[in-house]
Amino acid sequence: MSVDIATVAKIAALARLKVSDAELAAMVPELNGILAWVEQLGEVDVSSAEPMTAVIENHLRLREDVINADPLTGGGKRDAVLANAPAAEHGFFGVPKVIE
Amino acid sequence: MTDLTDLTVAEIRTGVAGGSFTATEVAGAFNANVAAAQQALNAFIVATPEKALEAAASVDADRAAGKVLGKLAGVPIGMKDLFCTKGVQTTAASHILEGFKPEYESSVSQRLWDAGAGMLGKLNLDQFAMGSSNETSYFGNVISPWKRNDGGNAALAPGGSSGGSSAAVAARLCPAATGTDTGGSIRQPAAFTGISGIKPTYGRCSRWGIVAFASSLDQAGPMARDVRDCAIMLEVMAGFDAKDSTSLDMAVPAWEAGLSGDLKGKKVGIPREYRLDGMDDDVAKSWEDGIAWLKDAGAEVVDISLPHTKYALPCYYIIAPAEASSNLARYDGVRYGLRDLPDGAGLQDMYAATRAAGFGAEVKRRILIGTYVLSAGFYDAYYTQAQKVRTLISRDFTEAFKVCDVILAPTAPSAAFALGEKSADPLEMYLNDVFSVPASLAGLPAMSVPAGLNREGLPLGLQLIGRPFDEQGVLNAGLAIEARAGFSARPERWW
Repeated sequence: MSVDIATVAKIAALARLKVSDAELAAMVPELNGILAWVEQLGEVDVSSAEPMTAVIENHLRLREDVINADPLTGGGKRDAVLANAPAAEHGFFGVPKVIE
Repeated sequence: MTDLTDLTVAEIRTGVAGGSFTATEVAGAFNANVAAAQQALNAFIVATPEKALEAAASVDADRAAGKVLGKLAGVPIGMKDLFCTKGVQTTAASHILEGFKPEYESSVSQRLWDAGAGMLGKLNLDQFAMGSSNETSYFGNVISPWKRNDGGNAALAPGGSSGGSSAAVAARLCPAATGTDTGGSIRQPAAFTGISGIKPTYGRCSRWGIVAFASSLDQAGPMARDVRDCAIMLEVMAGFDAKDSTSLDMAVPAWEAGLSGDLKGKKVGIPREYRLDGMDDDVAKSWEDGIAWLKDAGAEVVDISLPHTKYALPCYYIIAPAEASSNLARYDGVRYGLRDLPDGAGLQDMYAATRAAGFGAEVKRRILIGTYVLSAGFYDAYYTQAQKVRTLISRDFTEAFKVCDVILAPTAPSAAFALGEKSADPLEMYLNDVFSVPASLAGLPAMSVPAGLNREGLPLGLQLIGRPFDEQGVLNAGLAIEARAGFSARPERWW
């Protein structure tokens, strides 16, 4: 499978990346080179294999069902959460208007 | 007087504990080396001499008060700028995180500080750890301290992504550093700069507070000048952490105490698929040397097969970008980091403009590949197929470890290349990870140790890959090679 400019533009939109026309044109052959190379995976007989879900056997744990079981990742951290926001206002993340 | 910056982690620890010198003297000596090399090597994004001195003063005070000292008391280290450090800028070498000062400390770095280590600064790397030469950093290339012996002055790559870490350890700017390894980012830079580095079993080191690249592959590990120092560092860095859902709930073995270069009764596997057509002569020779050294240490050498080796790289370059495209969705100009808000732009335009301005070319390339292979209609053909191939690659290793205890292979297909030599073609750069990626896909512990110099006078590394959880076996085989390689070369100081 190979991609054209329209496909790359669509992927870039899905990935929320603004890309100029010149950049798009440059990316098409690059991405096609990489995709052509990874397509060799198609020749592998995978009939005996399930897709990998965990590389090392492990079990998922549940944390204790109490408030602030881990104080570091619990609640009450508004100011710390907002500390690096580019436009925090009134205790919230500031964003451009989203309602027309 | 001994130059304190020539000492190993073990020697510093012993010297500080025994009163031969103070932690403050050690920190001062390394701070001076960091400052003197910054202009030429660019190994650090931010230097934190005050942090190193503060930790050292605390160790000296504890010693004076007769308190028990930690395992790394008085050892100043470099921290790859992928680990969140509270109050100290953490960028992942990206513009989008420039100025980001975490409100919390990563689990691995916290463990190091708790053991008495101090921070010399945040080390440069490939942007979001995506690269094999440290040429994708927003904060400029790291220059390797090594030079070819041809009389030329070509600036060489320190490897990547942990290129700041490798350059800094090799140049004696720090006795040890943290690295992270997704597809070889500890081992390949270690090999390029004549130092040691180990990536433990997936899950040994907590990923909490490490800027995520590809979560099913990312593992932290130490880089240092010898195997013992790696063992000391790893013992501190590893350990269960409830904040990482993939953290292994297992005791951390006493790897340093367990070090032994006697390999009697051990079997070393030599994977025939790693013997590539047109392999570099010096790399092939160093591999032969490694085989002879391990035999000399008492090991039996056996031929093994890892049949899916050739598919490891393409498999990696689907899975890693897929995970990266998902992980990097968080950089949106809202919660932290850069925001680019063009006049009159709405929310979606802001996301796209911010990400366009904040990510470098290689990061964008991988986000696009990852988005494509995960998109509707292509998911099964690319991503599911790659995850199945990953199962087969992992199964290859399981089969191989039925007949051997540890695997020996080169770390990288060549010695360090010059900056710019491979950056024009992304595929050529990706191929540099050919020997390191399979162990990453299988989550196995793997390390690189220096084996010797090539005809250009540049270091070559040998890689040891072990069974899951058998870091000890990897370290011990590394120690056996280290003892026989007698690698004492170091870059001549030109900076």
